[in-house]
Order: sequence, then structure tokens, then C-alpha cells
Amino acid sequence: MYEQIAFYLFSALTVGLFMVTVLSKNILYSMTSLAAGMVLISGFFFLLGADFLGVVQLIVYVGAVMALYAFAMMFFDATRDIKEKNTSSALVFLLGGMAALLLVVVFAAPIMGENIQASYPVIEGVGNAESVGMVLFTKYLVPFEVAAVMLLVAMIAGIILAGKKMDHSLTTVDDPINVQEETK
Amino acid sequence: MIGLSHYLIISGILFAIGLVGVLRRKNLLMLFFATEIMLNAANVAFAAVSNYYHDLTGQMFAFFIIAVAASEVAVGLGLLIVLYKKFGTLDLDDLASMKG
Amino acid sequence: MEKYVYIALFAPLVSSIFAALFGMSSKKNFVGVIASLLLATSFMASATLASYIAEGGAAIHVTMMEWIGAGDLMIPFGFMVDHVSVTMMVVVTLVSTVVHIYSIGYMDHDKSFNRFFSYLSAFVFSMLVLVMSDNFAGLFIGWEGVGVCSWLLIGFWYHKEDVSPEVNPSISPSWAANEAFIVNRIADLAMLVGIFVLYWNTGSLQYDVVFAELPHLDTAILTTAAIALFIGAMGKSAQFPLHTWLTDAMEGPTPVSALIHAATMVTAGVFLVIRANPLYSMDAVSDVSYFIAALGTFVAFFAASMALVNRDLKRIIAYSTLSQLGYMFAAAGLGAYWIALFHLAAHAFFKALLFLGAGNVMHAMHDELDIFKMGGLKQSMRATYYYMGIASIALAGIPPFAGFFSKDAIIETAFNEGTLILWIMLVVTAGMTAFYSFRQVFLTFNGDHRYKEFGIHPHEMYKFVLVAMSPLALLAMIAGFFQGSFQEFITKLLPNYEMSHHTHELVYYLGGLVLVVAVSGIALAWKKYGNGLKRDEKCENSFIYQLLKNQYYIPHFYAEFISRPYALVSEMMWRNVDMKIVDATVDAIAHILYFSGDKTRKMQTGNLSHYLNWMGVGFVLLLIVAAITTVIG
Repeated sequence: MYEQIAFYLFSALTVGLFMVTVLSKNILYSMTSLAAGMVLISGFFFLLGADFLGVVQLIVYVGAVMALYAFAMMFFDATRDIKEKNTSSALVFLLGGMAALLLVVVFAAPIMGENIQASYPVIEGVGNAESVGMVLFTKYLVPFEVAAVMLLVAMIAGIILAGKKMDHSLTTVDDPINVQEETK
Repeated sequence: MIGLSHYLIISGILFAIGLVGVLRRKNLLMLFFATEIMLNAANVAFAAVSNYYHDLTGQMFAFFIIAVAASEVAVGLGLLIVLYKKFGTLDLDDLASMKG
Repeated sequence: MEKYVYIALFAPLVSSIFAALFGMSSKKNFVGVIASLLLATSFMASATLASYIAEGGAAIHVTMMEWIGAGDLMIPFGFMVDHVSVTMMVVVTLVSTVVHIYSIGYMDHDKSFNRFFSYLSAFVFSMLVLVMSDNFAGLFIGWEGVGVCSWLLIGFWYHKEDVSPEVNPSISPSWAANEAFIVNRIADLAMLVGIFVLYWNTGSLQYDVVFAELPHLDTAILTTAAIALFIGAMGKSAQFPLHTWLTDAMEGPTPVSALIHAATMVTAGVFLVIRANPLYSMDAVSDVSYFIAALGTFVAFFAASMALVNRDLKRIIAYSTLSQLGYMFAAAGLGAYWIALFHLAAHAFFKALLFLGAGNVMHAMHDELDIFKMGGLKQSMRATYYYMGIASIALAGIPPFAGFFSKDAIIETAFNEGTLILWIMLVVTAGMTAFYSFRQVFLTFNGDHRYKEFGIHPHEMYKFVLVAMSPLALLAMIAGFFQGSFQEFITKLLPNYEMSHHTHELVYYLGGLVLVVAVSGIALAWKKYGNGLKRDEKCENSFIYQLLKNQYYIPHFYAEFISRPYALVSEMMWRNVDMKIVDATVDAIAHILYFSGDKTRKMQTGNLSHYLNWMGVGFVLLLIVAAITTVIG
């Protein structure tokens, strides 16, 4: 009963918040609603018993990614409303609607392969974080390390791209556009 | 009782919302937001399948998706900043330089 | 003994490859010498094998390697040396050796000297594969190899211009080569069908297996196979109606003509029939065999009649080959396989001699072939005169030369079988043969010196060439005496054929009759041409003369009713089918791509947003496919 209430509540809220994110003219609004939606998504994870994933969602998305967006926002003029020539809404909503409809059709169809074998079954009586850790550090050790390296590379890339010599263009110093900008 | 289909359907709807964003918005930052929505929709589907089949693989997948998304944001935002410094705008219509 | 088999078979191949190494360089005498030596080696090996077999040795069977193995089909690359093939090997290698030596002299002034030897040896190799193979597949490979080499050799002087019939009645070498090849391909198709039929029904291509299976097969299948194989033989041996290529093949260098006619090509058809004698001697296919005999007789007569009036030295000899092949088929068709093979061997010797002699004349006369422009050559070319005389006597069937024994045996066979019409035609043909061969000799070597009008100074051929020809002359004279021993030798493998008692009693009368007919032919030739050429306008304008001169208008008939309609149909197919359907389809595919590319180019706006929209469209399309498969599945 609680699960149902929670599911429908979360569903309605995430759909609403993400609609705001996608449709809002103001970047701050959409970013805020995105952050709120992320929190609710972590609610789904808790509902599904994936506690560890939910926590990671909160820390990484709501904590790190959103903070990153917020910092990035400082470079852009965030208070101003975005003026953009939107593509004809009819086409967009037709495509989006159809995608949603088709996904629903696909997912609502009776699922084939009832005899799917769980390759890493959830162990009874062991906490979610513990079992995730066990699988992650045994079976998925190499992908995990690769992901770690990837994050490191991404971090360095982010620092280089955004951080170094903030007043100069990094990639193309001789670029005439940048020279003009600098002279201005 | 909430079944697997419920979760999959909400995941599909969220994905479609993200898609609408990708299709509709011209601002690169908004495109990033829409992409985040789509990634999260996929994560929900993975977690749901993982739960209903009692298999941790789905959660592992979602976990790695989060890692990828985090790196994507780090690099992508850096690129956005460079772009903004160079052109003074993030609007795709103004950034169109690949005239065919 | 196995190593002799390999030596005999591969020496010509080595020779061919060796000569090919120098194919593009200028004339080198040693190439010809080494090629001749290798051929002589092959002959020695063949002779050794022959003596081994003659002394009662078992047939040698070698399997070089597994050649084709696919599913149930197993074709080993195997060779067999038995009585029949060893006879052929000896004949082929002997004649080829002489021809090789002869070519050193004959091709002396040709700048493609080395290339010529390469082709010539390859020709011999193909023929050896043909006769030595122990299965139909190998036979067919050799068969095709002979076809290719003949194409190369007939068209050896491919650069010669095509001149109008008034200047030179012959046609261009490249045309003749193509004609020979195409006519042979038509026949080869039938032969292939025959081989397939045999394989289909017996499950093997090995001679021994196939022949062992034959008694269990249907009459219809046997008849089909016999007919199809014989059509193949008809093409190679130039039997009517596929005979036109043989005379046109005279465009090639004369040694090639000698080789084609005596040893390596036209005899292949006869060889096939002899090799397949278990098939042709069955009662079920007696009609086919009789047809072979009848066709052979007809061709013998038909070709001899055309030779009566021809003015081209080499073509006369070519017609005589055609005629003699007819004799061989007549014998084979009547079941006298060993007689056919005997005539084949004897004929090879004197026909090669005749051609090489004609080559000498041609060499002396600066490529002039019209016998009406010759005459009195015996003063300047005594040795050639004797050679040609010997060969012609042998051909005409005057005892004790080779032709008498072999041809007489065939005529006796026709009598013995009670096929009187065939017998009469063969006897008449014998008279015609005598007439035209001596007509040609007399016109060339006797009478007044007509060539002087054309400013030609004939000279004799090189000494070594004349010496090299002597074995052939010797064999043309004495080969007939070996009839008895040959019969004893060959009938260990081939079914024996003995004359009935009745025929045996009459044998002297029959032989005498043939002899009288032949001698009277010679006498007629002497009377008409012995003392120079006296042209008879009335006779030359008569219908029969014109008919024969134009080869019964068969080439015209082919040109008008086969080549021309074929060209028309081809043209039509080209314009309507090829251009409008095949080409148009290909062009249409290109146009569709071009058009769609042109139209969809507008998608490439350079705006990332538009690309994303298209990506969305693609995503939805994929989802539709997924949804459809989900719902259906």
C-alpha cells in the first residue's frame, strides 16, 4: 500500500519536475527542478531495494553533478531568460509522444524469457550495499577500475578545459576571434 | 501491487520527456539537462529489472552509467565553457558553423 | 616403369615452360634444339614403355595426386599406360619430335621463334594428357588444352591482314583460330554433357569403373552418352557438319598443320571412340555405332570430292585428312577398333610427311600455295619431291606402303559387315584419294615451270630438316608390314576383329579391286596433269566443279544462315536486352542513389539541432520496429 502510494507520488512528481526542466525558459528553474527530480529518482531506487544505488544517486547526481552545473552556471548569464527559436513543437511532441507510446507498448507487452537465470543473484540476509560491494569488487573489478581511470581522465579534462588560464583561450591562442575578444 | 511494467513504463515516460528536451531545446546547457533525464530514466529501468529478477547485474549497470554520466558532465561542462568564451553564446542556431 | 610415364608426359611441359621463358626475346636457336631434345626424350620414354607393354608387361597405372575431392566426387589425377595409350603416345611423340626439328628450319626467319616452340610443346603435352589420362575428367582437360593450343597456333600469325578472296582464297589467321575454337566449343559442350550423363549414372569418371557399370544402364542413357560423346569427337575430328574449321586452320604455320592433322588434335576424336569402345560396341547403341560408320564414310567421300578441285596445296592435304578421318570413324563405327587405330598411326606418319613436304614447297615458293602457279619443282627440290611422292603413294594406298594395308583393312571391314553401300563409297573414295593426291604432286613437281612468271626462285630446304623427315618417310613405307604384330599387340586390350571366312577367301579380289581403282585414279591424274597444266574452261565452269570448288557452299551456308542471324540476334540482344534491361537496371540503381543523395543533401544543414531531430526520427523508427516485433513475437 505504502509502496503504491510512494510509487505514484514519485512518478507524478518526477514527471512534473522533469517537464519543468525541459520546458522552462529560465536555466535556474530548470536546474533546480532537475536536482529535485534526481532526488525523487533516488526515491525510486530505495523503493526498488537498491539502497546503495540510491545513495550514490544522491551523492553523485544531486551532490556532485548539480554542484558542477551550479558552478558552470557562473560563467553563463543565468538570470536572463533563454531566447531560442524552438523547433516546431508539433514535430517534437509528435516524436516524443510516439516514443513514449511505443516504449509503453514495448514495456507493457508480456515479458518473454520467464526463465531468465540470475547470474549474480541477490543473497538473502545480506545488505544491499554489502552484496553490491561483493559483486563489484570481485566480478566487476576491472570495469570498476577502468571507470575510476575514466573519472580521473574526465576530471583532468574538465580542469584543463575550464580552469587553466581563465582569461585566455586555451585551444587556439592565435585564433583571430579570441584576439578580437581580448582587445575588446 | 506495483509490477515491473509500472517501473518500466515510468522509465519510458521519463525517457520520452528527455527526448522531447533534446529535440526541442537549442541551448546546449538545456540539452545536457535533457540528457541527464534520459540517463536517469534508463537507470530506473535497470534498477527495476534488477529488483524483479533478483539479479545484481542491473544495479551494476546503473552504477557504471552514473560513473559515465559524471565524467560526461565534467568534460562536457569544460567544453561548454570554452565554447562560451569563444562564441559568447550556447545557442545551437548561432553555433551552426558546419554549413553543408 | 613409373618414371618413364612421368618423363614421357612431362618432358613436353618442361620444354614448353623453358621455351616460354624466352618467349619475348629474339630468336634463339638453342631453344628449338632443347625443345626438340626434350620431345625426343619423351619419345624415347614412350618407346621404352611400348616395348615394356609389348613384352607382356601389365598396363601401368599411376596416380599422381588426389585432384578433385568434393562430396562423393573423387577425381584423382591419374594416368594409365596401356596398349591403346602407348600406341598413341609413340605416334604423338614421334611425329611431334620430327615436327619440332622441322620447325627449327621452317620458322628460321620468324621473329616469334621461341614463342612458337612454347606453344608447340604445350600442344603435345595437352595431347599426352588427353591420351594418358585414366578418367574422363583428365581426358577433358587434355581435350580443352589441345583446343587452346590449337587456337594459339592457328592464330600464330595473328597480325596478318585479312585479304580479299580474290588475292588469296584463304582467310586471316585470327579468324581461322577463332573459328576452330568456337566450333570445338560447340562440340565440347556435347562432350561435357556425355561425361555428365556417364557420371550421373555410374558415379565415377574412371574408365574402368564406368565401363564396368555400362551393362547395368538403360538403353536410353547409353544412347544419350554415346551420341553426346560422339558429337564431342565430331568437333575435334572435324566431321561433318563441324568440319569447316579444319581447312581454315591451314592459316597456321605448316608445322602446326602437320601436328594438328597427324598427331595431336584431329585424332583425338577417333581416340575417344576407340577408348570408349566398351560403350560403342554394346548392342544397345549399335544404331549410334552404325551412324558413326555411315557418317565416317560420308565424310570420307565428301571431303575427297572437295579435294579433287582445290588449288590450295595445304587445303588439299587438309581435305585428305578429313577423308582419312572418315575412314577411321567408319572402321571404329563398324567395330574394327584396332583397324581404326592402325590406320590412325599409319596415317599420322604419311600425313605428317605430306604436310612437312608441303611446308618445304611453301618455303621455297615464298608462301605461295596455289598449285596452279607451281610446276616442275622436282628439278630444284628433289628430296622433297621424293618425300611427297612416298607420302602420296602411301596415302593413295599402293602396296607395299603403309596406306594400303590400313585402308584396305577398313574397306574389307565394310565389305565384311555386309554394308555394301559403305563399301562402294569407300572404294570410290579410294580412287578419288589417289587422283587428288597425285594431281597435287604432278601439278607441283612435274610439267612446265609456271612459277617463273611470278619471279620466284625455289630452293631446297635445309639439310637437317630433310634428314629429320626421313624417319617419317621410312615409316610411311614400312609401317604396313607390322599389321600382323600390331594386331596381336593391340587386341590384348581392344576387341579383336577378324574377317569372316567368306571375306577371307575374297581378300585378294577385294584388295585387287581397290588397287585397280587407285591405280586408275593415279593414271587419270597423270593423263590430265602429268605434262603440265591444261586448263579446261568448260569443265571448270560446270556446276559440279563450281559446287566442289565452293565446298558445297557450306561455308556460305554457315555464314548466311548461322553467323549472320546469330550476329543479328546478338545485336538485337545487345540493343534491347543488354542496353535496355541489364544496363538500365544498373544505371537505375546508380540514379536512385544519386537522386536520393541529391534530395537528402538538404538534411545537412550544419545545425546540430536539426541533426538531433533526425536522430529522434530514427530512434522512433527503430522503436516502431521493436514494438512491432514485440507485439507480433
